[in-house]
Amino acid sequence: MFRLLSALMELIDVPMQFVQKYLRGHRIAWMFLLPNLILFGLFAFLPILLNIAYAFTGTDNIMLWERTFVGADNFTTLSRCENYFDANSCEKDFFWRSVHNTAIFIVLQVGLMVGFSLLTALILNQKIRARGFFRSVFFFPVLLSPVVVALIWKWILQRNGLANAGLEALGMDRIVWMLDRHWAFFWSVFLSVWAHMGFYTLILLAGLQAIPRDVYEAALMDAAKPFRTFYRITMPLLMPTMLVVMVLALIKGVQTFDEVYAFTGGGPGSATTLIIQYIYETGFAGAPRLFGLASAASIILALVLAALTFLQLKATRKNADG
Amino acid sequence: MANLSLKNVKKAFGNIEVIKGVDLDIEHGEFCVFVGPSGCGKSTLLRMISGLESISGGDVEIDGDRVNDIPAAERGLAMVFQSYALYPHMSVRQNLSFGLENLKTPKDEIEKKINAAAKMLQIDELMDRRPRDLSGGQRQRVAIGRAVVREPRIFLFDEPLSNLDAELRVDMRGEIALLHRQLGNTMIYVTHDQVEAMTMADKIAVLRSGEVEQFGKPLDLFNDPANIFVAGFIGSPKMNFIQGEMQGELLRLTNGESIELPKGRFNVSDGEKVTLGIRPNDIKPGDDVAHGLNATVRSVEQLGGDSYIYAKSANGESITIHRPGQVSISAGEELLLEVEVDKSHLFDRETGVTLLRERTADAKGAPAA
Amino acid sequence: MASVVKFLTGTRGKGRLHWTDWFTYAYLLGGILLMFGPVLWLVASSFKTDAELDKFPPRFLPHAALTVELEGHDKPLPLFKVTKGDLAGEQVAQVRRIGLTSQVVRLSEPDKKIKISVKDREPMEKISIATKNYTDLFRKFDFLQFFWNSTFITVAATIIMLIVNSMAAFALSKYQFKGRATVMAIVIGVLMVPQTVVLVPLFIVTKELGMLDTLWGVIIPGAATPTGIFLLRQYMLTIPDEILDAARMDKASEWKIYWRIILPLSAPAIAVLAILAIMWRWNDFLWPLIVLSRTENFTLQLALNSFQGEMATQWSNLLAMTVLTLLPVALVFAFLQKYIATGIASTGGK
Repeated sequence: MFRLLSALMELIDVPMQFVQKYLRGHRIAWMFLLPNLILFGLFAFLPILLNIAYAFTGTDNIMLWERTFVGADNFTTLSRCENYFDANSCEKDFFWRSVHNTAIFIVLQVGLMVGFSLLTALILNQKIRARGFFRSVFFFPVLLSPVVVALIWKWILQRNGLANAGLEALGMDRIVWMLDRHWAFFWSVFLSVWAHMGFYTLILLAGLQAIPRDVYEAALMDAAKPFRTFYRITMPLLMPTMLVVMVLALIKGVQTFDEVYAFTGGGPGSATTLIIQYIYETGFAGAPRLFGLASAASIILALVLAALTFLQLKATRKNADG
Repeated sequence: MANLSLKNVKKAFGNIEVIKGVDLDIEHGEFCVFVGPSGCGKSTLLRMISGLESISGGDVEIDGDRVNDIPAAERGLAMVFQSYALYPHMSVRQNLSFGLENLKTPKDEIEKKINAAAKMLQIDELMDRRPRDLSGGQRQRVAIGRAVVREPRIFLFDEPLSNLDAELRVDMRGEIALLHRQLGNTMIYVTHDQVEAMTMADKIAVLRSGEVEQFGKPLDLFNDPANIFVAGFIGSPKMNFIQGEMQGELLRLTNGESIELPKGRFNVSDGEKVTLGIRPNDIKPGDDVAHGLNATVRSVEQLGGDSYIYAKSANGESITIHRPGQVSISAGEELLLEVEVDKSHLFDRETGVTLLRERTADAKGAPAA
Repeated sequence: MASVVKFLTGTRGKGRLHWTDWFTYAYLLGGILLMFGPVLWLVASSFKTDAELDKFPPRFLPHAALTVELEGHDKPLPLFKVTKGDLAGEQVAQVRRIGLTSQVVRLSEPDKKIKISVKDREPMEKISIATKNYTDLFRKFDFLQFFWNSTFITVAATIIMLIVNSMAAFALSKYQFKGRATVMAIVIGVLMVPQTVVLVPLFIVTKELGMLDTLWGVIIPGAATPTGIFLLRQYMLTIPDEILDAARMDKASEWKIYWRIILPLSAPAIAVLAILAIMWRWNDFLWPLIVLSRTENFTLQLALNSFQGEMATQWSNLLAMTVLTLLPVALVFAFLQKYIATGIASTGGK
């Protein structure tokens, strides 16, 4: 295996040496960048440009030249609403429902996620035994695939599942969790927090451990009480990390799809349909494939993400400065 | 044979010129040291010779062939780097053989060359170790070995001893000098340490801000510095400098004291503003008023075998005096310091150029600015 | 035992436990239950028979009915213990059940059927691991095909990503060339536009390249992520330039410097990136879902997702398949969790 690789590299060396004769000095760097630039060009830049083109054209033809220019029609169609807070009053009620769902989803998810991650990080930052082990315990679900996460919880929440057994043991009636829109939404948020909080815990823990010990020792010398130390020292010093975590969670939260889709399929009804699922179903799953509408929705999503990314960069910079 | 000659070599990074036209001729077999303060461009010049740095102007010639456009590896040079730059993931043996493999040298020949070099540098016991398992001195030897096996026309050393502790540095200095005697190759050695330069070099090139201030044999540089910069840079402790103005044969100091200078030693005219240079060995407490100046002792360092007296002249200049043996002088004392004027130097205060009349034949200075 | 308690309740320094310590350990214990519990429950369930899976309330360990083979009966018969009536205390085998009555036979008299009420008997069971759920995957479903698809995509995408990203990281960390700032800006730009917002055109580009519904359609566009470039560049910046210069003096070509010097020296960073890339690709869902449409091209994740609809009641096989899907991840986690944690912390996720 290694010999084969070695021979392959020697083989590549021949043309590369030839190129090196012409691209003198540091200009040879372009040769090393070439494969990446091709990939980026084809699968990142071209799509960005095409996305804009598709958003402003109509019909269900795939090829760009067969599509007719429709101006901002796709956007106005999406935004035609009597009341933006009532999805039923909109022409594209499915789109607006997914927007509303996503909004509620991220508020709950980010709130719970940051809250639990912070609590967990604070607890793990104490002088406890086997900290590495406990850190991995909370981190473990991060590695599971979204589909596996969805199935694990679906199995627990099924009619004859563990959750209902627990309810009966407590003397309550069984609930058909997945057919109740509120419960389905709750569990979607829950499993998404369950699956991802380990990641944010890790970042917050790193932030906590970056706070110098001697600051705490100084506080101790100043006779500060534990809660006061937390409010006056830990929180302000952790704030930059918190900010990064919040924005990062927000960016990822908006893009949630996999685990919720595999968990509920967007249902019951459209109770748990999120924005990415709307794009997916409009562009790929349904017939006709409404690429224009899907692209327009993508652009709206991209703008939201761009704003959030901008916030993140600001937060990161503040973090680096502070 | 490997002569190296630099002809008006220049290097610019953008608008900033870091090498401002260097002319040098290094003969085959010479051990030439580039010395100068940090940022003087000595390393850049070395890297331009090696081919690692491109040349903005002028020519670099090896044996009369212009090598400006020949890639580093094909110039037939080898370099020892400041950090040694050993390949951390390769054993000593692989470190030595990597270059030869790239040159497509036959296996048995590689083996032979490596073993010979290893034996010479006494690293044959370490051949299968990784660089991280070696001491600083051993790494240094491997780095030199890597250069030796290439059998280069010219060896280039870029401050190779600066990462070693003082004691080891003295040992390695001797070994590199020995290596030079054994191999007889041309070697170019960059350092900021003038002691290293003085002890090792056949020829020294003193550089300052991208220009050669003086190029010559170590003692010529010491005895006949071309300008005030070289005078201050070569020699330890540093040469003492005293400001004054010529009044006939007298050097009148600003506080009114005067020192009589020997007739005909310097090219001076009346009223010229000059700087007198006296090495710490050439000044001592005495009673010759004509060649003396008054000073107050600030502190005394008694090393047993040597004594250093740090004084301040009535003029306000710091003066260092080196005396062999021990002295019975203590801080606060007023002294008359007697200058050995026949060994003194005089520099034009504006240009810094030496005013010595009879220059050593070899000691060419940079043209007066 | 006392020493275990002492170990677990020990706080460094202070002797006695404060209430916050109790809270801490209660929280951590709850954490173990909540994080590992569901996975363990899944694994335990995957070894249960269909009948056992339907049982409510569920039991943690898989059980199976004890059976006996008797003369004159084709199939093995389930064993019961009779609790009431004439046969109380005896073991019987049930031949068939009709409504609320059950026909049973004594083990000693396999021909003589006796009717008893179903309420008067208890099934006899043993703890037993049903491996049938797993063997079914290979018999009834194309599990190996899905497994192969997932493996192939993961391995190929990881290798391509490592090579391409390490080349770019090398160029961006070790060369000063005109346009470097521009390229860095491009890389950051790509980082800021996630795949999820260019799904439609990405799909069309992939289609036009003829890669739709092929494994390469998942592999190649997936390799165009810049995260690895950042991670590797950061590491390569720490490799001293003098080593590269030494190699140049040793007549190594730039390509040779890349693969003989830079790659081996970046091994730790490359290992971290490799682990991350394997995780990402193995767990990838949305893009394969869009690109792949024929079942024989499905990855494990897609197969799992599609079968949960098809086999709404067939939890037994689905559970086994879920376990097999998470197994590689769990193994990687067990052995490499330290690297994963540092890697993820340093890249800030995807």
